[in-house]
Amino acid sequence: MEDKNHTTHIVGYGTYFIVWLALISLTAITVTVSGISFGGITIIIALLIAIIKSTLVLNVFMHIQFDDVVFKIFVAVGVLTLLSAIVLTFFDYLFR
Amino acid sequence: MDKAVAAEVIHKSHETHIHKDPVGSKIGMWLFLLTELLLFGGMFIIYGVYRYMNSESFHNAAMELDVALGALNTIILLTSSLTAALSISALQKGNKPLSQILIVVTLLFAFGFLVNKFFEWSAKFHHGIFPGGEDLASRPNGEILFFGLYYVMTGIHGLHIIIGIVFFLFVLVQISKNKITATDYTKLENAGLYWHLVDIIWIFLFPLFYLMR
Repeated sequence: MEDKNHTTHIVGYGTYFIVWLALISLTAITVTVSGISFGGITIIIALLIAIIKSTLVLNVFMHIQFDDVVFKIFVAVGVLTLLSAIVLTFFDYLFR
Repeated sequence: MDKAVAAEVIHKSHETHIHKDPVGSKIGMWLFLLTELLLFGGMFIIYGVYRYMNSESFHNAAMELDVALGALNTIILLTSSLTAALSISALQKGNKPLSQILIVVTLLFAFGFLVNKFFEWSAKFHHGIFPGGEDLASRPNGEILFFGLYYVMTGIHGLHIIIGIVFFLFVLVQISKNKITATDYTKLENAGLYWHLVDIIWIFLFPLFYLMR
């Protein structure tokens, strides 16, 4: 009984290995960069790399890229909820 | 009378056809993952605010964490995510033994992560840096907050690793019993999703705690 809407997309081994290589490289970069002092932007660079890494995991390892649109909406709603909580909290603390 | 008939029909339908809903099951998993995201998200907000208010102390405290050990654990966890993802593809392609081997490798990495964490925590405990420890209590408030958050956040993350191990062990048994197969693999997929989320949380924990130099 195969559901028509449930298309199975088998991701090749190669794709996973490439993503893994990218993740390891980004880890190496973030560790190296943290050793150099860039002042205030160090944390921005670290967070930016973390966001790129989690986007890779989310899209490929967690299959969001190949999933139905409902899953994409799910993730978007979750991330936006968290993001708005972060932004609102910091608006409070930064402008007190 | 009618009820009895209805019950009989339901009973029969259960016997002859087990209804499976892979999309629904995955939606359920994602809903749960979103609650996890908000659980850790809340802690990240607390971290952000306290760090903003105690930047000097947070910096000093973070210097004491072992970057090499943190980086090693990052690599371990990223690689375990790779093997978890590969095990799904292997099963989908009908290669059951390879899928099982990859799950065992994932489990070994997960244990490796916990062993590292154990040594890391023991070293800190040994130096009196633990909640309620005398050495920690004598430090500035910001450092106490940093280590408090460090123990709570990496601790709850570690708990998730343990739950992930149990989840994968369950999946491993189900695969060997042919309850999870090349055409019915949603449980393995959901275990993978859980594992990757735990990985994503570590991707943020690592720079925020270890790389603040």
